[in-house]
Amino acid sequence: MALIRLKGGRVYDPAHGVDGEVRDLYIRDGRMVVPAADERVDQEYDVSGRVVMAGAIDMHTHIGGGKVNIARAMLPEDHRGDRLPRGELTRSSCGHAAPGTLATGYRYAEMGYTACFEPAILPVNARQAHMEMGDTPMVDKGGYVMLGSDEFLLRMLAGKQDQAAINDYIAWTLHAARCIGIKVVNPGGISAFKFNQRNLNVDEAHVHYGVTPREIVRVLARGLDDLQVPHPLHIHASNLGVPGNVDSTLATIDAAEGFPIHLTHIQFHSYGTEGDRKFSSAAGRIAEAVNANRHVSCDVGQILFGQTVTASGDNMAQHRNAGHASPRKFVIMDIECDAGCGVVPFRYRDQNFVNALQWAIGLEIFLLVGDPWRVFLTTDHPNGAPFTSYPHLIRLLMDKSFRNEQLARIHPDAQAMTTLASIDREYSLNEIAIMTRAAPAKILGMADRGHLAPGAAADITVYREDADREKMFTAPEYVFKDGEVVARDGRIVKVVWGRFHAVAPEFDRGIEKGLRDYFERYLTMRLENFKIAEDEMLAFGHNAGLATHPCRR
Amino acid sequence: MPPQPSATTIANVTCPFCGLACDDLSISIAGGLIESRTLKCPLAERGFAAGEPATPRVRGKDVSLERAVGEAAALLSRAQSPVIGGLGADMAGARALLALADRCRAVVDHMNSRSKLRNLLVLQDGGWITTTLSEVRNRADLIVLAGTGVVSRFPRFFERCVWNPESMFSRGAPKREVVYLGRGLDVSAGIAPDGTTPQVIECEVARLGDAFSVLRALIAKQPLQCAEAAGVSLEAWGALLEKMKAATYGVVVWAAPDLDFPNADLAVQSLCELIKDLNRHTRFSGMPLGGSDGDFTANGVQMWQTGFPIRSRYARDGLDYDPYHLSAERMLAAGEADALLWVSSYDERRVPPETDVPTIVLGRAGMKLPREPEVLIPVGTPGLDHAGHFFRSDKVVALPLRQLREPIAPSVEQVATAIAAALPA
Repeated sequence: MALIRLKGGRVYDPAHGVDGEVRDLYIRDGRMVVPAADERVDQEYDVSGRVVMAGAIDMHTHIGGGKVNIARAMLPEDHRGDRLPRGELTRSSCGHAAPGTLATGYRYAEMGYTACFEPAILPVNARQAHMEMGDTPMVDKGGYVMLGSDEFLLRMLAGKQDQAAINDYIAWTLHAARCIGIKVVNPGGISAFKFNQRNLNVDEAHVHYGVTPREIVRVLARGLDDLQVPHPLHIHASNLGVPGNVDSTLATIDAAEGFPIHLTHIQFHSYGTEGDRKFSSAAGRIAEAVNANRHVSCDVGQILFGQTVTASGDNMAQHRNAGHASPRKFVIMDIECDAGCGVVPFRYRDQNFVNALQWAIGLEIFLLVGDPWRVFLTTDHPNGAPFTSYPHLIRLLMDKSFRNEQLARIHPDAQAMTTLASIDREYSLNEIAIMTRAAPAKILGMADRGHLAPGAAADITVYREDADREKMFTAPEYVFKDGEVVARDGRIVKVVWGRFHAVAPEFDRGIEKGLRDYFERYLTMRLENFKIAEDEMLAFGHNAGLATHPCRR
Repeated sequence: MPPQPSATTIANVTCPFCGLACDDLSISIAGGLIESRTLKCPLAERGFAAGEPATPRVRGKDVSLERAVGEAAALLSRAQSPVIGGLGADMAGARALLALADRCRAVVDHMNSRSKLRNLLVLQDGGWITTTLSEVRNRADLIVLAGTGVVSRFPRFFERCVWNPESMFSRGAPKREVVYLGRGLDVSAGIAPDGTTPQVIECEVARLGDAFSVLRALIAKQPLQCAEAAGVSLEAWGALLEKMKAATYGVVVWAAPDLDFPNADLAVQSLCELIKDLNRHTRFSGMPLGGSDGDFTANGVQMWQTGFPIRSRYARDGLDYDPYHLSAERMLAAGEADALLWVSSYDERRVPPETDVPTIVLGRAGMKLPREPEVLIPVGTPGLDHAGHFFRSDKVVALPLRQLREPIAPSVEQVATAIAAALPA
């Protein structure tokens, strides 16, 4: 097969300590290779002077599933502002806050992203989420399936079932829902809201089960460790958006008792209650805790100003925030004794004190967490901002003077409440490569992604060097997916379908006996129909395949 | 009579013939025929009934599938303003039809859009708080049925979600109170297994919007100028409101096709705002029943691929969504369409609207058409002739459909894909 050379690029491959060295890279059959000494190069790309990284990986982006489709249905006015006509290669779709799957795939690829992970898959809605992700072209994909407000787990905890039984249930769920990780959203809170509880603190008991969020976090974090699932428990902590929630976030770290955890969109969970408005940044305390706890990672969920839509499994928090909807409409759902969802359109304004400070808090966290392997670049698309704003966010991180110019524009009281201006740190290209490539692949257990060593998938992004980092990261010169050029100068040149990624830890099949009985007595779907078959996944994903990663940490 | 020795029984079969998509069917098949007594539902009996294999036709003459596909492609490629209507298909069929629509710049519309819009417009204007079947089954202590008897459209709703013998949060059968709003409704299914009869508030269904507005005013303690609403006294509405406020998990069920009166979306919106008001203090949810004929399946795919719902046009400069002007029926009547591709793979009774424009029909085998279309291609039924996927009424659960017999016709996906492949490049 043809040997392709990328000649003379400045390579950033932090998984192997390569920090901007000029190197030639070789591709054959969609993989990175070391050619034989005398081997003929069939095709060459001269990328001298260019910045070369592995394809970027978004480890937390709401791209598929019921709540995303509700958001799409709710926002025709937003779609009308960003229509993608059919092209020679691409299909009609629409973009911005709640884009169609087709536009999602094209736009991620145009920005140099080659894999995306949907972080909030309801077990009962997993089939739809995979259908939607399967219809997302260009990128590889996978998801985290939600546990922790499902009545089955809460009943297990209330019934004092042992960890081994819970581990079987976790593994069974990963297998049945074909996911790569487990997410917990407002632990126990989605169920508690169905019982009319409006808040649930980390040590507060669920009114029906008597179970606390602390217990839920502990058994799930431990269970994933026992099962050696690479991705640690992905936690959307208690009290999202509530001033003073820094305490529940720190209590959640404590609840994990040293088992690895990932705290997602941590910006929304880093609020204090100081100042005249009783709303302040607790980014310093959060960053200190992340820095001090090597088993904790986070993604930021940066907000950026403008129109977006928030879509979350956290029906309790979304109902609490529904009054802030802009435009004024919202959807809240209780779902199948399994989970829930809430969709609230939102416009973040730089002259709104709270929004302005949220913006600053996110950036403070990025800049105060020392280890780029443990802080990931996300806007919690679309909750903080659409993913298409990533290049702008990268510039904010890499360019202090640009950042300070933007800071000078926000609500003056928010400026006075943030330490952002005093932080000198600027992210390097190597650090950007870590947080958008090497670290996400590592934390998801994908050994052949996020790096450029021989054997890796040839997902590669080639950027033209530009001091304006926003411009540089908006439209890379070349994007290779599995060894083929799929985007060039920010335009799709070939449409491909990426594969699904999942894990399948072992479990005792005996768990199905109790589950089958539970399904038949209480639910309105049969266990056999709940489980997603491998051939269904293949059909959903246009037969691009399903990669099952080994479970080891 | 016990099943014949040669009969096989297949468990956990999904029925796609109404939006409930019951997946607990245990179907006996003998000699290629499904024994109807294993179905327990009139819609399932109709849907799973045997059909005769049929041959594609072009202008009334039997032709090969290839020939019919070629004619369909030629007809679509000549059209300036084609409409793809009906859209009664499974998920894979919908994918293929929408890809075809994108190729020929068609308008897409579903056969149930007229009633479906009574809900969608509310979702787009104010949103709502809703729940799903299993939540009702386990939690609901008050079930209000607004303008619908439910069972004619969703026969097993009460069996599966109301009169279940046990729930997760009750000892024994859950205690329910059932209230119907409307005159002349079939309320028989609302009688509890212990004989308790449901309350019926005999109001005018077409004026339900007034009633919900009155309930909202009462919650807000606003003065009312009227003496009655929807033909029922304010006292009666006040008593209902107290019941709703006292419920721990109340649910209002409606079926958009049964709210067949002008501006019904405003009545639905008023109801949804009432439910939001009730949630300030207790938990209350709406349950809009729908999804029959692959309604939510086709809409789901269209929305996730493009962002826009059905009643969209794949125009040269991008998609247009217009819930009024892009009605297939209206466009045909107004002479704004010059070709129609009509799809109904679940129900052979759902024939295309009357029209003179060249028409291609992908109809469930056995479809009887009042006018012979230019092209007729019989198609198999999802969940009977071929496997597939179907979205249930709550738009959350997508169920796998199985193949239960040797297919008597190709699937919508196969035919739509073949037509797209036959279009000039």
